[in-house]
Amino acid sequence: MKNRSLLILCALSVLLSLASTTVVSAGEYHVGCIFSITGKASWLGEPERNTAEMIAKKINEAGGINGNKLVLHVEDDQGDNTQAVNAANKLIKKDKVCAIIGPSTSATSMAIIKIVDEAKIPLLSCAGAAVIVEPVAERKWVFKTPQKDSDCVKRIYDHMKSKGLKDIGIITTTTGFGGAGREQLKKIAAEYGINLVADETYDPTATDMTAQLMKIKNAGAQAVVNWSIEPAQSIVPQNMKQLKMTIPLYQSHGFGNLKYVEAAGEAAEGIIFPAGRLLAVDTVPADHPQKKVLADYRDEYEKNNKDKVSTFGGHAYDALNILANALKKVGDDPAKLRDEIEKTEFVGTAGVFKFSATDHCGLDKTAFEMLTVKNGKFVVLGQ
Amino acid sequence: MTSSSFSDILQFFFMGLQRGCIYALAAMGFNMIYNATGIINFAQGEFVVLGGLMMVTLTMAVKLPIPLAFLSTTVFVTLVGIAMERFTINPVKHPTVLRLIIITIAVSIIIKGLAMCFWGKNSHFMRHFSSTETLDFYGATILPQTLWIIGILLLIVAGYIYFFNYTMTGKCMRACAINRDAARLAGINDRKMVMLSFALSAGIGAIAGIIITPIIQMDYARGALLGIKGFGAAVLGGLGNSMGAIIAGVFIGILEALAAGYISSHYMDAIALIILMLVLFVRPSGIFGSSEAMRLKEF
Repeated sequence: MKNRSLLILCALSVLLSLASTTVVSAGEYHVGCIFSITGKASWLGEPERNTAEMIAKKINEAGGINGNKLVLHVEDDQGDNTQAVNAANKLIKKDKVCAIIGPSTSATSMAIIKIVDEAKIPLLSCAGAAVIVEPVAERKWVFKTPQKDSDCVKRIYDHMKSKGLKDIGIITTTTGFGGAGREQLKKIAAEYGINLVADETYDPTATDMTAQLMKIKNAGAQAVVNWSIEPAQSIVPQNMKQLKMTIPLYQSHGFGNLKYVEAAGEAAEGIIFPAGRLLAVDTVPADHPQKKVLADYRDEYEKNNKDKVSTFGGHAYDALNILANALKKVGDDPAKLRDEIEKTEFVGTAGVFKFSATDHCGLDKTAFEMLTVKNGKFVVLGQ
Repeated sequence: MTSSSFSDILQFFFMGLQRGCIYALAAMGFNMIYNATGIINFAQGEFVVLGGLMMVTLTMAVKLPIPLAFLSTTVFVTLVGIAMERFTINPVKHPTVLRLIIITIAVSIIIKGLAMCFWGKNSHFMRHFSSTETLDFYGATILPQTLWIIGILLLIVAGYIYFFNYTMTGKCMRACAINRDAARLAGINDRKMVMLSFALSAGIGAIAGIIITPIIQMDYARGALLGIKGFGAAVLGGLGNSMGAIIAGVFIGILEALAAGYISSHYMDAIALIILMLVLFVRPSGIFGSSEAMRLKEF
């Protein structure tokens, strides 16, 4: 009796394993996406999801990749590390995806690196922190498409140097994004002869930063750098205006959405920040290699979605297109895909990518353009 | 140096006053329902959020003038408060304190979810009531909006005093709060008073949301923290004592601002919770509450 039930159990498990392997049918490429569609980082995840679905639809309408249908498995991590880990496990074990795009935030990306590394599945993160792809020796399977936060810091410091600003105050949020930015701001400062006279932080849910800004003001800073997520990008400038601080305010590339300018109102005028060229497409010269890609993506996104284009959706655009190109060349074997992505050169929304065995981001600081806010619009800052 | 440190303290004081007024209004809302029903309404924070979000929609999308939007928003949230009482509190067959409190928690989750569906997850902003040019005051700066907040709080307090001391309905509500059975024997419709208390507390919550949103913006998830701060103020002032709640709310706000300025802005939000716990451990009747009266209450 016992033997028979054991036998049935064996038979069942064989059947089950067969069933799970047949989920991936021929003629389909399965790609996983992990975005923070809901929760505090939804301002990143939502445009990314919209973009990814828009591109997949376009590819499939044009007959797929070499005749294979591109199937996206989109998971929502709610900006939460545990959810991101669960989503990655599900995508790899149940959906048998050949690669994963996302997650949206630096913290969630760091959380799943170990999983993709063990499963040997390529990951194209849409988050900013440089540590996601560095050191490259430990990040064999991990790539990312946004510009690096370290390059963002370099551009800010370049600009400060040109204006003769030396003593600065930094104010950062305590999320993965803000924390990583703070590390880079501190690390690179000496290289540029910048002196941090104040180093303030605030909780991501904080709604009043006047206390921190007063400390910066009293420390005699000549400029402020704010590194944050919504809604602080628009509250910090308002608080500065309230305190009558007239020193220049620099923000991270996280400021890259016109919504924040609207929210900050007049206080947003004159904010300086590095960002991809997507935000100021109209002021990019016509002969720039990215011009066409940028204009096409913006028009297509704004035609299909109600909201305005943001750089964040652009990161998903770059990631999925890089992956689609690799799929076209080598098929959906994860190891071959990884090797192919590492050789990719691609003109995207974030910049002109040149991936290599030593660079899994493929962009340098020229991918950033210094922008400023003028009459409620983003414009390229004249030197 | 001394003059700059004085202006610093003044600046933190203004900052605290601004947030303290909001806690005071939230605490008043808690008290009103507590007095009528003996329960804590955990959806109080959601009333503040609803007020803020509705005001944003009416002023920024519908483009109503501010006074009209102010009025419509307050009426809308008041109706939500009435609906909450009619559909979730009133029909309960055996209303025990614990049961009703759990219902209010459920309602707060529902309102939060609906707010997320209607307004999305983003933070919403609106323009200040008047100019955003700050006013100088002995080296510190104050926003005109902060003056609006203080003024409106004072108006509400005046209205509150008038209503509960000089109108028949207000007196009936107080009678119910003191002894519900006796009030019913005297011919007061106590169920109606409960509904009225929900309406008033929702209205006050809405006003709190409306006046603070220009400064701090508003999103669907803010309710819980605002609610807890208001609850802290209500407990510190002595549950049921609205004048105590106002003083306690402003006090907590100022303490928070000073803590942010002189200790660490990071632990600012913990201040209200620490005070809440200390009060519950040391003097559960609150600073302005009477321990005699506390003993007679169910909760």
